[in-house]
Amino acid sequence: MIIWQTPAGLALALFMLGLLGLLARRSLVFVLMSIEIMLNAAGLLFITAGMRWGNPDGQIMLVMVLNLAGAELALGLILILRLRNRITNLDGDAANILRDVP
Amino acid sequence: MMITFYVAASLTLLTTALAITRSNPVHALLYFVISLVSMGVIFFTLGAPFAAAMEVIVYAGAIMVLFLFVIMMLSLNKVTVHREAGWIVRSVWVLPLFLVAGLGSELARVFLGGGSVGMIRVVSPQEVGVRLFTTDISTVELASVLLLTGLIGAFHLGRKER
Repeated sequence: MIIWQTPAGLALALFMLGLLGLLARRSLVFVLMSIEIMLNAAGLLFITAGMRWGNPDGQIMLVMVLNLAGAELALGLILILRLRNRITNLDGDAANILRDVP
Repeated sequence: MMITFYVAASLTLLTTALAITRSNPVHALLYFVISLVSMGVIFFTLGAPFAAAMEVIVYAGAIMVLFLFVIMMLSLNKVTVHREAGWIVRSVWVLPLFLVAGLGSELARVFLGGGSVGMIRVVSPQEVGVRLFTTDISTVELASVLLLTGLIGAFHLGRKER
């Protein structure tokens, strides 16, 4: 038997790894990947809660998380593709001007 | 089942740690795909076969392939990988590591507070489907609205500028 704290701890560790990547990396591709890691950790926590109570709700929420990840990734990637025309090296710090450059 | 879980868990942690430290985006993404597949194994050992299948098919299959295609469209070369490697210096990790460790220890205390043991009951895909399309039908509607929003947004942003 697996006690529920073990997968919950794993989800916690994965979320922290994703947060670490989000804070430390500068390339926009890696920032997006770190967000995916954090979403995935949240999904694992939902499944863990579903296991703890023997309930299908956790898996239903995982379907929701997958939808969210898909929509978020599609928009994030298209924004990266658009930013590629402005900033050539995909540096997140360079994307600090919201208005059009004259 | 225990051994399977622990092997998959350590594999997930290892490959995720590798994924956030690589300088080549394609390598990082492939490590992340391995992490997602082992996450599917974890879901299976936790008694959620439907979620395991969804994780492998949708996440590792569809979403990561989309990611890979876009990275290939960005045409990253040796120069960008080299510059990326220049950004990953040790000093970059120090402050985020402290912040994350602080938050992580707080959350770990919360998780370790409630100490009860759960028996694993396998929740079958049929059960999930019945719940999803009867009482939780609003979730399906919400998901479709979300996907439609994403579709319209991607279409709008991806247009050629005139």
